[in-house]
Amino acid sequence: MSATIATPTPSRLRLGLRAATIAVILLLALMPVLNRLPADHALHISDFVVSITGKWICYAILALAIDLAWGYAGLLSLGHGAFFALGGYAIGMHLMRLIGPRGVYGHPVLPDFMVFLGYTDLPIFWWGFQSFPYALFMALFVPGVLAGVVGFLAFRSRITGVYFSIITQAMTYALMLAFFRNDMGFGGNNGFTDFKELLGMPLNAGGTRAALFYASLATLVGTYFLCAWITRSKLGRVLIAVRDAESRVRFLGYSVTQAKLFVFVLSAMISGLAGALYVPQVGIINPGEFSPGNSIEAVIWVAVGGRGTLIGAALGAFSVNAMKTWLTTIAPDLWLFALGGLFVAVTLLLPKGLLGLLRGRRS
Amino acid sequence: MTRALFLIVLLLAASLPAHAQDAFLDALAGLAGGFTQQAEAAERLGAGGDPRALPVLRALADGRLLKRPDNTLLIRADAGVTEAATGAAADAAGAEPVRINNRVRVALRGAIGRLALVSPDAAERAAAAEAVYRTRSAENIPLLEAALARESVPRIRDQMALALAASRLVAADATVQRQGIAALAGAGTEGARALLLEARNATPALGPEIDAALVSLDRVIAVKRAAETLYQGLSLGSVLLLAALGLAVTFGVMGVINMAHGEFVMLGAYATVVVQDACRGIPWLEPWSLPLAVPAAFLVAGLAGAMLERGLIRHLYGRPLETLLMTFGVGMILQQAVRLAFGAQNREVISPAWMMGTLELPGGLMVTQNRLWVIVFSLVVLGLTIAAIRFTRFGLEMRAVTQNRRIAATMGIRTGRVDALTFAFGSGIAGMAGVALSQIDNVSPNLGTGYIIDSFMVVVFGGVGSLAGTLVGALSLGVVNKLLEPYAGAVLAKVAVLVGLMLFIQRKPRGLFPQKGRAAG
Amino acid sequence: MSTKGRLYLDGVSVVFDGFRALNNLSLVVEPGEMRAVIGPNGAGKTTMMDVITGKTRPTSGTVRFGDHDLTRMDEADIANLGIGRKFQKPTVFDALTVFENLELALKAPRGPFACLRWILTGEAKARIDQVMEETGLTARAGDLAAILSHGQRQWLEIGMLLMQDPQLLLVDEPVAGMTDQETEHTAALLRRIAGERSVVVVEHDLEFVRALGRKVTVLHEGTMLSEGPIDQVQNDPRVIEVYLGR
Ligand SMILES: Nc1ncnc2c1ncn2[C@@H]1O[C@H](COP(=O)(O)OP(=O)(O)O)[C@@H](O)[C@H]1O
Ligand SMILES: [Mg+2]
Repeated sequence: MSATIATPTPSRLRLGLRAATIAVILLLALMPVLNRLPADHALHISDFVVSITGKWICYAILALAIDLAWGYAGLLSLGHGAFFALGGYAIGMHLMRLIGPRGVYGHPVLPDFMVFLGYTDLPIFWWGFQSFPYALFMALFVPGVLAGVVGFLAFRSRITGVYFSIITQAMTYALMLAFFRNDMGFGGNNGFTDFKELLGMPLNAGGTRAALFYASLATLVGTYFLCAWITRSKLGRVLIAVRDAESRVRFLGYSVTQAKLFVFVLSAMISGLAGALYVPQVGIINPGEFSPGNSIEAVIWVAVGGRGTLIGAALGAFSVNAMKTWLTTIAPDLWLFALGGLFVAVTLLLPKGLLGLLRGRRS
Repeated sequence: MTRALFLIVLLLAASLPAHAQDAFLDALAGLAGGFTQQAEAAERLGAGGDPRALPVLRALADGRLLKRPDNTLLIRADAGVTEAATGAAADAAGAEPVRINNRVRVALRGAIGRLALVSPDAAERAAAAEAVYRTRSAENIPLLEAALARESVPRIRDQMALALAASRLVAADATVQRQGIAALAGAGTEGARALLLEARNATPALGPEIDAALVSLDRVIAVKRAAETLYQGLSLGSVLLLAALGLAVTFGVMGVINMAHGEFVMLGAYATVVVQDACRGIPWLEPWSLPLAVPAAFLVAGLAGAMLERGLIRHLYGRPLETLLMTFGVGMILQQAVRLAFGAQNREVISPAWMMGTLELPGGLMVTQNRLWVIVFSLVVLGLTIAAIRFTRFGLEMRAVTQNRRIAATMGIRTGRVDALTFAFGSGIAGMAGVALSQIDNVSPNLGTGYIIDSFMVVVFGGVGSLAGTLVGALSLGVVNKLLEPYAGAVLAKVAVLVGLMLFIQRKPRGLFPQKGRAAG
Repeated sequence: MSTKGRLYLDGVSVVFDGFRALNNLSLVVEPGEMRAVIGPNGAGKTTMMDVITGKTRPTSGTVRFGDHDLTRMDEADIANLGIGRKFQKPTVFDALTVFENLELALKAPRGPFACLRWILTGEAKARIDQVMEETGLTARAGDLAAILSHGQRQWLEIGMLLMQDPQLLLVDEPVAGMTDQETEHTAALLRRIAGERSVVVVEHDLEFVRALGRKVTVLHEGTMLSEGPIDQVQNDPRVIEVYLGR
């Protein structure tokens, strides 16, 4: 009785999508190689293109994380930018410690901004960040704990829907205000920059950039498989059930709080990882990353691509950011109109996003 | 005001005996003599209390007093040269500045101070009282007593009383000193506190009395501080109230989440700018541009709201998350449109004269008038909103539609129209909030972003759907914010309030004033 | 007598803003018993189920299942005790297939990690197939629940209830909107289920209740009005007054 098979056989669209995805990933993997070709070679790809693609890959990871929470569990978080930024700050702290005596003030331990602000000792929460594994751990751990606390409080008291969205927005807003303060010990307004090296490799070297690019790409692929595994498991179906009829799920004996907490914390940790990959590539992190606008912009990537489909989320991150790069160079004034228009158009006309458009055409 | 001043001048002039005028002229002549003569003359003029002496002495101190070879004194001012004795216009040919030395300067300073205390100009009297307070000399006591007896402006009276108390503190006579201590004990200012502390070191004999005075002074200061904090909190709360009130209608009553709400506030502020620009140059209209801006802002934001609801939001009813994203996009578009139309830099809205300045409440509490107006305005808007919902036909239909759309429709209510009007109403209130905000904040395209999260917090804290909850929520959040500020700093106070709110929602998920009935579930 | 598996309500009141939806209601359902609860609209039947399943907290009174105090537990814990519920308004998961709906309901560890590791065994699949057979949904296994007819949704929900393998089933108006034939089928299904488990059925339809042929409790304005076999209850003057006269 083939009718009882839960997942329908892969359709031609699905197969086509899979093939296209693999092709795109291979093309992406080729980019740093093409970058090494002589500048006048026909297939040469400029540094700019490689570095901006590296950024977009990090954004795509963030989009996957948001999609996991929103598209599958119905948790519209307007604060995922905060998790991304916290991951970035964690790795930024590591990069700051690695500058060592090469800072402007030449202090052997303290970063420049601390010397400037008159610190004499390293604050306790900066301890250990000279170790890369520790920093990487914190890039996952801190967003995870924050999501755990916020999520626990919110889910336990059954804060759902827009209320949850507003609370997460307030969370990132509060963090932004806090990180803008000098006395928080995170460089205030200016954040961290002027990084020198990572894992013994100079950050501005071509090889390092290529390594970061591949690390991001590998993380993107890994995250995709992780998310795909989760969403295809029974937990994925529980999440969908939670998304569509939360209270009914409770009467089946599932703890909605646990399910949501699991996915929210995991999603926050993935976002933290994306931020940790992002910061060494762009060379700066400051409190602006916490601004509520960033988080909601990331949500629209997912909406544009098609929420509830993992490929769609990544596709949305790439396409919206490509459009942003293009528009902000040719007509900067228009970009905000276009972005605002995207919000309106996607919600009203394309509720299933670009991928939904593809599917709709087929059926 | 001018009439009152005029009366005072008349009274002063009439009360001056005839020989005093001679005394003025007599003494004036001395200013043309040697340094010793000049100093004596200055002292006599100061003691005489004749208002005409003040400009002459000022001119002498500034080097603008001229002497013609025939010893006639002239005053040089921006407007021209006048004769010192008569005030008639004069010719400065051959005149030379009158020179003075330090001794004369000291005498002049004292005389000018004394004269200024009884000057017909209130600002001058206030400045003089301040100056006397700072010099603190027992010699000034009689002078201050005389001036105080004559003074009618409360604020200046208080200043003079403080100066008098300060002068008494340094008197030789212990009884007089005690009078000074008693007066300072009630003053309730940091300045008075410093004076008392100084006096305790200087006169150990009065130590116990001064300590007692300090205790009661501190109590007065504490009460005043608390009142000030409360006022600041209420002021912030009223701003929150205004920003949240429209949201309480669109989100609280209708259940539509509108992230462009802050932009409607911003539109209201820009409407104020436009109305003000239009009124500029029409003298009789200018002071009223702000009251005129209120209906203008209501209409502009209300119209924008109606368009948003009919054009877009209506298609997303029942899909709150999509509505949230969509309206966020609309907010971005509005911001960018305003930025392109009006420029990204801040626009200044000038407060009309009747709104400016500070007001002194009994007990020496200083309140800025424009903030007071905002408080009053927010309460009026709240009252009007409640009245509109409770007592009008529109309010009745609105409640009917939000409570049971289907039944309302079967009773012949055009629900679509009611939706649009309700949304326009809430948006219009946001516009009016913009008028108020233009008085205390920079008018810029992103004016609204700072308020939107706070507004949602207020509505959720107060209880969605309850206007009374919005009032209590806004005011208490404002006050708590200001209470925390001295301890945590403005930013951390805000963070603390946000965290506190999240914990509060744990205990009361439906806010302070939960909606009742099944619909709330 | 053992209290195991026995549903025990004593003096339960639920007050909404001063309105007593349940008023000092007492009710005992023994293990394996099937009980029909009838009563006019607004009598408090659904509210009673809300109280048992933890959706609504009683204002006062005792609610026990076996030794467990249900007033202190949340919905999921109560469900895991073995109390299953079918809602008055059928709620199934539209974005999942019939098979997946049943799979979710199947009795199995409920934690997130357990769900992540869950593998559909042959045994589980056989059980799902069996329930689909019983509820007549076999042909629709791969269809999204969203496209089912109203009656099929009702059955799917009953099927989900069976998958949970509960000790106590609460069934709220299972035949509302069903054809006569479907109603009969449902009655037969419920009779079959009973015996192994306790069942509380809320229904308006007196014919259906008669078809069940069990003890009946009549609820009115939040209190029990009458209790007994259907014929006795139908002749109770108070019941007649409530249902017919005024
Ligand atoms: N959450 C609630 N808030 C207010 N009143 C309620 C709520 N739930 C139920 N009621 C009222 O309690 C009464 C009983 O309702 P219900 O249990 O649904 O009756 P029925 O016997 O028809 O299932 C009704 O009058 C209903 O309006
Ligand atoms: Mg019912």
